[in-house]
Amino acid sequence: MPQTLSPQYAIQAKNLSVYYGAFRAVKNITLSIEQRKVTAIIGPSGCGKSTVLRSFNRMNELTPSASIAGEILFMGQNIYAPEVDPVEVRRRVGMVFQKPNPFPKSIYENVAWGARLNGFRSGLGRPNMDEWVETCLRKAALWDEVKDKLQQSGLSLSGGQQQRLCIARAIAVKPEIILMDEPASALDPIATLKIEELMRELAEEYTIIVVTHNMQQAARVSDFTAFFSMDEDRAGALVEYGLTTQIFTTPKDSRTEGYITGRYG
Amino acid sequence: MKNPLPNPLQPVFEPEVAQRNRLAAVWRLLFRLSVAISLGFLALLLFNILNQSFGYAALTTKIDPASLAVNGAALQTLGKEDLLKILQAKISKGRLRQLDRELPLSERSREDVYALVWQEVVQPEVAYTWPLLDSLWRPAAVRAEAAARYPQAQLTFRSWANASFIRSSQSSDPLNAGVRTAILGSLWTIAITIVIAFPLGVGAAIYLEEYAADNWLNRLIQTNINNLAGVPSIIYGMLGLAIFVRTLQPLTSGAAFGVSDPTTANGRTILSAGLTLALLVLPLIIINAQEAIRAVPDSLRQASYGLGATQWQTIWHHVLPGAIPGILTGAILAISRAIGETAPLVVVGAATYITFDPSGPFSKFTTLPIQIYQWTARPQAEFRNLAAAAILVLLLLLLSLNASAIVLRNRYDRK
Amino acid sequence: MSLRRRSRPGESLIQGFLFFCGAFSILTTVGIVYEIGKEALLFFGDPEVNGWKFFTGLKWQPQAGEFGILPLLNATLMTTFFAMLIALPLGLCVAVYLSEYASPRLRNWLKPALEILAGIPTVVYGYFALTFMTPLLRLLFGKDVVDIYNTASAGLVMGILILPLIASMGEDALSAVPRSLREAAYALGATRLETAVKVVLPAALSGLAAAFIVGVSRAVGETMIVALAAGAGPNFTFNPFKGAETMTGHIVRISGGDLSYDSIDYNSLFAIGMLLFFVTLSLNLISQQIVRRFREVYE
Repeated sequence: MPQTLSPQYAIQAKNLSVYYGAFRAVKNITLSIEQRKVTAIIGPSGCGKSTVLRSFNRMNELTPSASIAGEILFMGQNIYAPEVDPVEVRRRVGMVFQKPNPFPKSIYENVAWGARLNGFRSGLGRPNMDEWVETCLRKAALWDEVKDKLQQSGLSLSGGQQQRLCIARAIAVKPEIILMDEPASALDPIATLKIEELMRELAEEYTIIVVTHNMQQAARVSDFTAFFSMDEDRAGALVEYGLTTQIFTTPKDSRTEGYITGRYG
Repeated sequence: MKNPLPNPLQPVFEPEVAQRNRLAAVWRLLFRLSVAISLGFLALLLFNILNQSFGYAALTTKIDPASLAVNGAALQTLGKEDLLKILQAKISKGRLRQLDRELPLSERSREDVYALVWQEVVQPEVAYTWPLLDSLWRPAAVRAEAAARYPQAQLTFRSWANASFIRSSQSSDPLNAGVRTAILGSLWTIAITIVIAFPLGVGAAIYLEEYAADNWLNRLIQTNINNLAGVPSIIYGMLGLAIFVRTLQPLTSGAAFGVSDPTTANGRTILSAGLTLALLVLPLIIINAQEAIRAVPDSLRQASYGLGATQWQTIWHHVLPGAIPGILTGAILAISRAIGETAPLVVVGAATYITFDPSGPFSKFTTLPIQIYQWTARPQAEFRNLAAAAILVLLLLLLSLNASAIVLRNRYDRK
Repeated sequence: MSLRRRSRPGESLIQGFLFFCGAFSILTTVGIVYEIGKEALLFFGDPEVNGWKFFTGLKWQPQAGEFGILPLLNATLMTTFFAMLIALPLGLCVAVYLSEYASPRLRNWLKPALEILAGIPTVVYGYFALTFMTPLLRLLFGKDVVDIYNTASAGLVMGILILPLIASMGEDALSAVPRSLREAAYALGATRLETAVKVVLPAALSGLAAAFIVGVSRAVGETMIVALAAGAGPNFTFNPFKGAETMTGHIVRISGGDLSYDSIDYNSLFAIGMLLFFVTLSLNLISQQIVRRFREVYE
């Protein structure tokens, strides 16, 4: 069925279900993510938040038993269509993971690696690699801290710095969307705050979808919030989706209200 | 507040995904091919053994059996009496007496006497052998070739690994040679290896996992064991030669116990071989047993201590029962390694040629791999066939050992 | 009820026995160093022997009083080289396939098959070298070029023996690389090959190096294949199609014959054994050190 592309949506999920073997982890999600906004996905643990996020750039395929039903449209195109190459999808939909995972390479290499992999071309009027690495590190608010030690290993940085390095690495391939899977859950409060500030800044340029179990974080950084919950057969389902201010002040669903007021979850 | 970017322009990416995917596909094919080649080696190795174990053989005889016909009756139809007469007429008195001593001729069956006539009088010899592949693929060509090159010879399809091959002792005649002595030698040697290495190895593993504090001595012991596992087996052979064969000769020859075998009277005995192999597999048994003991959950130990058990009671009643399948599996694998070992036993001094069964730990010895080595090293082609047949026997022995290890592992895994 | 410490003689006895079991391995090492060292020293102390010429001499002819290790060492290095020529690329590719490509089910089939290959006694490989590889080489390169006994055949078959070792140690090293690194690469748009070769392989490099070193150590100490297929008689040659005896091959041939104890021939074997022991020991120690460092990075 042809989709009328509405340009403000970066990602649209239509009747998305995700299976691990025979087990349905997520069922019938229909969700449209706005461009250049921060969208938070919240919900109790085990409700399929990360599963949905990982299906947005086909990372779930790396789990051998995983399969999906339904459609995910990226800029109006179904990314699970047979002719679509997951490699191409992942370049344009980047990802930052829960635990900082820099490559055991230098800080410079960490940023340059993905760009080089994807055929980075410098030339007249275009940045060269050094300039591009600096640009990405500046956008990730890390440049000032690492500019004198670009050749040191990425593993030598602190946890918060490593996570910002991973963000710089993700934006170095010029994705349109950045998926963040609980990016601050392994960090201390100060580092967390830095990452949150960074998300707001990056939203000027990128669409950001962030999974978090921290409601305050969702309230602080996101424009939109999707609340997921587990239904009776243990499959994750979307309960409510809307403007963050609305979800946190006047939730329509009693389950949302129960969760954000801390009654369960 | 935001820093100025060094170059505000955006870079261009040319990902060339199609080309990268093609490269990835080529390499995936290469990886697959490597796996196929590795498995191919295994298949080739096994095929090569089978190919040499069976096939046509052209046999010539010293005396034409037709010439032994009595009154027109062919040799194979003769009764025991006539066969005995042929024996008495054709072989020397001394040989006849020797055969009679082994088992009085009068008590032997007709088939036995018939076999003796073939072996002692007719004396078949192998002129040429063909591998299994040729024998199956182009039997007509083999027959033609045999007829042209060995017109006197009789062409028979021969399985070199057969019942009499397993029952017979070593012999210089490839048609009568067997691996009985070698199998018995292997079993004796391995029995000694197990008796020594298993308790020592398991004891060491218990010590290292349950008792040893983290100090320099125990770290040294652990490092040492890991290193011993990597020492080439031939070095163990030299150690065995120096210690068991020479220094401890009074013990290993049995002289100290007054039971030395008159044929040896030196330290090159089954006992020395078994002890050498025990040293060789000891580190493997220890490392495997350690892993099995480590896999027993700590909660079991704590539960036992909580009930007031001593350390040894805890180990004996709770740790060992949980670890024993893993320990046994590891031990079996180590033992299979010992069964296949050749080099250290050559150095320790396996006998090159013995035809009598070993009678105890102080006998001279040969083992299956040694037998394979010696037959392979001989230039005559028919001994290669014998070696292949012996390899078949050895591989079957190892296969059954490994299968028992797998069964053991699976049975306990289910629990 | 008294809470006083009780003496438990049984427990102490058992503990004492277990300590003996653990310490026994030290005795083995001491035995190796002492016994082999003793005979080796007798060899070097012999007036006929020149220690310098042992390491530099190009001839090993005990009858002529020439004890130069180089022909034996050279043959060992040649067979090792050919073994690694087969084992390293194939073993690495198999390791990458097992760790990065194969499904768990396929892996459960492939690994036991490789274990079988590794569990076949070396004398069987020797037989294979002599009855398959050598005729094959003679067919390919001509009977005038390839001798019946040659180092290439022995080395190549040794490579098949060492292949599963490299594959299994290599796979261990690759699998130890955290999954998160692979995910990071995939999320940047890397193909499976790029992830494996540009991220996982470099991250596992030290583990792979350790596998390589253990493989070399194994090849240097391997005996039966070279004893059967590489040739009997020390020969200083760089031609892989000529026969040449390795260190291990020489030890096995001489000690398998009638050897009189306390002769210089006998002692010379221990000098070779000593060298062999130290070479393999240092290789093993180096590889263990590398593995330990590698583990520290990821655990």
